[in-house]
Amino acid sequence: MMWSPNRPRRLMALIRKESLQIGRDPSSLLIAVVLPLLLLFLFGYGVSFDLRRSPICLVVEQPSGAASGLATSFRASRFFDVRSDVTTKGCQEELVAGRVNAVVVIPSDFVNRLAGRDLAPIQILVDGSDPNTAGLMANYIGGTWRTWQAIEADSRGLSSALRLQVTARYRYNPEKESRNFLLPGLVAVIMTLIGTMLTALVVSREWERGTMEAMMATPLSVFDLLMGKLIPYYLLGMAALAVTTGITIWLFDVPFRGSVLVLVLVSTAFLLTTLGQGLLISTLARNQFVATQAALFSAFLPGFLLSGLVYEIPSMPWPIRLFTYLVPARYFVPSLQTLFLAGDVTGVLIPNTLALLAMATLLFVVVAWKTPNRLDG
Amino acid sequence: MVEPLIHVEGVSKTFDGHVAIDALSVRFEAGRLNGLVGPDGAGKTTLIRLLAGLLSPSGGRLRVADLDPVAEPGRLRDVVAYMPQRFGLYEDLTVMENLCLYADIRGVVGVERRQTFERLLAFTDLSRFTDRLAGRLSGGMKQKLGLACALVKVPKVLLLDEPSVGVDPISRRELWRMAADLVGQGIGVIWSTAYLDEAERCDHVLLLNQGRALFDGPPGDLTAELAGRSFLLRGLGVDRRQVLHRALHHPAVIDGIVQGANLRLVLAAGAEPPLLSELGARPGAFLEVTAPRFEDSFVARLGVRLSGDSPYASRDMTGTSGQVTVEAKNLGKRFGAFVAAAEINFSIAGGEIFGLLGPNGAGKSTTFKMLCGLLKPTTGTARVSGFDLRKAASQARGRIGYMAQKFSLYGDLSVRQNLDFFAGIYGLAQGGASVIERMIEAFGLGPYLDVNAGGLPLGFKQRLALACATMHDPAVLFLDEPTSGVDPLTRREFWSHINALVGRGVTVVVTTHFMDEAEYCDRIGLVYQGRLIAEGSPDQLKEQAASDAQPDPTLEDAFIALVEAQGREGERVA
Repeated sequence: MMWSPNRPRRLMALIRKESLQIGRDPSSLLIAVVLPLLLLFLFGYGVSFDLRRSPICLVVEQPSGAASGLATSFRASRFFDVRSDVTTKGCQEELVAGRVNAVVVIPSDFVNRLAGRDLAPIQILVDGSDPNTAGLMANYIGGTWRTWQAIEADSRGLSSALRLQVTARYRYNPEKESRNFLLPGLVAVIMTLIGTMLTALVVSREWERGTMEAMMATPLSVFDLLMGKLIPYYLLGMAALAVTTGITIWLFDVPFRGSVLVLVLVSTAFLLTTLGQGLLISTLARNQFVATQAALFSAFLPGFLLSGLVYEIPSMPWPIRLFTYLVPARYFVPSLQTLFLAGDVTGVLIPNTLALLAMATLLFVVVAWKTPNRLDG
Repeated sequence: MVEPLIHVEGVSKTFDGHVAIDALSVRFEAGRLNGLVGPDGAGKTTLIRLLAGLLSPSGGRLRVADLDPVAEPGRLRDVVAYMPQRFGLYEDLTVMENLCLYADIRGVVGVERRQTFERLLAFTDLSRFTDRLAGRLSGGMKQKLGLACALVKVPKVLLLDEPSVGVDPISRRELWRMAADLVGQGIGVIWSTAYLDEAERCDHVLLLNQGRALFDGPPGDLTAELAGRSFLLRGLGVDRRQVLHRALHHPAVIDGIVQGANLRLVLAAGAEPPLLSELGARPGAFLEVTAPRFEDSFVARLGVRLSGDSPYASRDMTGTSGQVTVEAKNLGKRFGAFVAAAEINFSIAGGEIFGLLGPNGAGKSTTFKMLCGLLKPTTGTARVSGFDLRKAASQARGRIGYMAQKFSLYGDLSVRQNLDFFAGIYGLAQGGASVIERMIEAFGLGPYLDVNAGGLPLGFKQRLALACATMHDPAVLFLDEPTSGVDPLTRREFWSHINALVGRGVTVVVTTHFMDEAEYCDRIGLVYQGRLIAEGSPDQLKEQAASDAQPDPTLEDAFIALVEAQGREGERVA
């Protein structure tokens, strides 16, 4: 590659051109600004994997002091919205109709069973149509029940029944807020939008509109053209990182326990893989529609579904689990969650960053090899 | 011997087995306007891309400005400027931002840049529009900006790929003046075009057909071959289309087209002119020798004779000859504060060909779209076959056939599927099958039924588009730049079908930038600044524009003169 005094000026010209275009093109603004903010607020406010005020029916078959104490425990919990104005039969109907998630029955012989050390003195019916919610419901109801039992035993001085007690302490995310691990992971999705989707779109647009042909007929080299795309979209991706991280920390109160420098380094490695993928798609597709579809299916959806952001990777079937190793986001999402919630844990960050750098290098080698310096290759 | 500016020696280029350039040998000299002429698909763009180093030849030797375009692309691109067909402009950058981008890329800075911009903006007359986005410029202005961007650094070679496509005659003439100016500065200009009339104005012409040189030399040499063989048959009336049909069947005539009220006929070498009685011309008609044109020579060289026959000719009258079928009354369209068309009045009789002409952005397309029901007028009424397009749109549309620019076919559907689809949307479900069969037979589409429309040869694409637009026997046929960029033979075939349709009483409304096409019209409406500024037969318009300086103007001269006269008047009023 020949060095020429014109190269920095050419690069600056390309970067300036690209920035002006991003600012003026509604579809670029949509992908670079509107979509990321939408995702961020949707996940910050809307999506939650925790249960809050989940509707349940509580049936007390025979009132007693113990029964009303337990009922009060359920009513006081922030997890439930308790309805107790229905009969046992009515409850069943509510459950079938999906108006409540569970039914808790405190049977008429509750006091006796309790005294007789029966293991299951209350009955719990859970709507199992959504296994995830069902599991959580069963857990929370059981938890409330055990807490009440412990308090009960304590107040009567009966410590013998529950001498051994398990107290769970949740580290790194003591409030068990799903927001705290969703929002950091979202940075990966937003960077994919900018790095792959937007880059693929703008490069394929240049092919479609014939501006790429005009550029190739000027003294610009392939290297100049690639750098002219890479630098502005790298900067845009980094700006998105700053904004997203800021909103996550200050608006949504997600803790950040790592260091900014490490965050920038890991993010750079990831952004390079997304940029490489975007450039590769656009050189192969050269058509906006195909490029967008390819970016959606090869980067955006895997980034969402196969990165561990929404679904746990260890619980996936093994062929899919194997496939996740090809998804760059699967190395980035855990790194982000670690950086935000745990800190600079080198055991997680170093192997993930190395994997990302290896992928980025491979992608750029392919891009450099596939990008033509003539129309016929 | 001195090496020419561009030396092409036995160069070939094949794409997946398809030969685009076939062992071509040619030289282009500096300081000359070199025309690269030929129909669509002749290999013009491929040759230009080879010269710009954007494609590598499959064989042969190529030298441009003493450089090898493949081995030395960097140095080549310093001295070669190239304007691709689609301008290469960034539409969301302003005029000035586009210029600055190219100046930065070519390393034109400081005082040199200031002087260059001043010169280029004056040259292209774009100084008033430096802050306008390139995407908001008219077609002609885009071309001029594209040219300015290509010229930020004075090149040795300037390659222009079809700069005049979609550009109105006025802008086209300005572009020509600029190109001639550059040639005067010693630059080797290559101007590719599908318009054969442009070839006549070049210093040197390479006529390409199917990747081979059909002619290479000064254009006068080619037309000289036809001296004394080109004739105008004057003094004809509405019968001229029937006369043309008979003439094309006469053994002495190898080519013929409608030219205003007259016919242009080209005779076979050594043939005696046909007797007028043989052609069935009315008394008073007479033959007159005229200067041959480049297109006459091109068709003669190709050696193909077209009969002018059309399957439409054999069918019954469907139209309403003589009665008013299309009517615009005080028609106007406003987009926000912008008046695109106002006070448009005309009426078209059945069996008439009416042409809508005008510069880019003058309101010609808006008027056209209001007439065929694609745009709702803000004021006034448009009627087709007596139906008001606003009140009875669907009845009116049932009487309309529409053929859009570049043929609105579904490229991914087969010929058969396209026919079935159009039969379906015109509601021919019951009678459709027989109509489709008739179209397939009449246009010889049989061998292509299972071929996707996108992969058809150009001529067949055109036939299919016409078949689809006319299968419901419309009373009015709307054609939007039907043969732009099409080679002369395909264009002749197309117009033989149109002539036959008109003979059956069908009304035809056509928009075009192409003056040869305008000559086929019975009447022309010239639209400028949203108004109808002139109306009449091609010959009447020519008469209207005749002056002492131009006693016998061409239709293009007339077009320009009428628009410019209006422009001056407009300025006086303002």
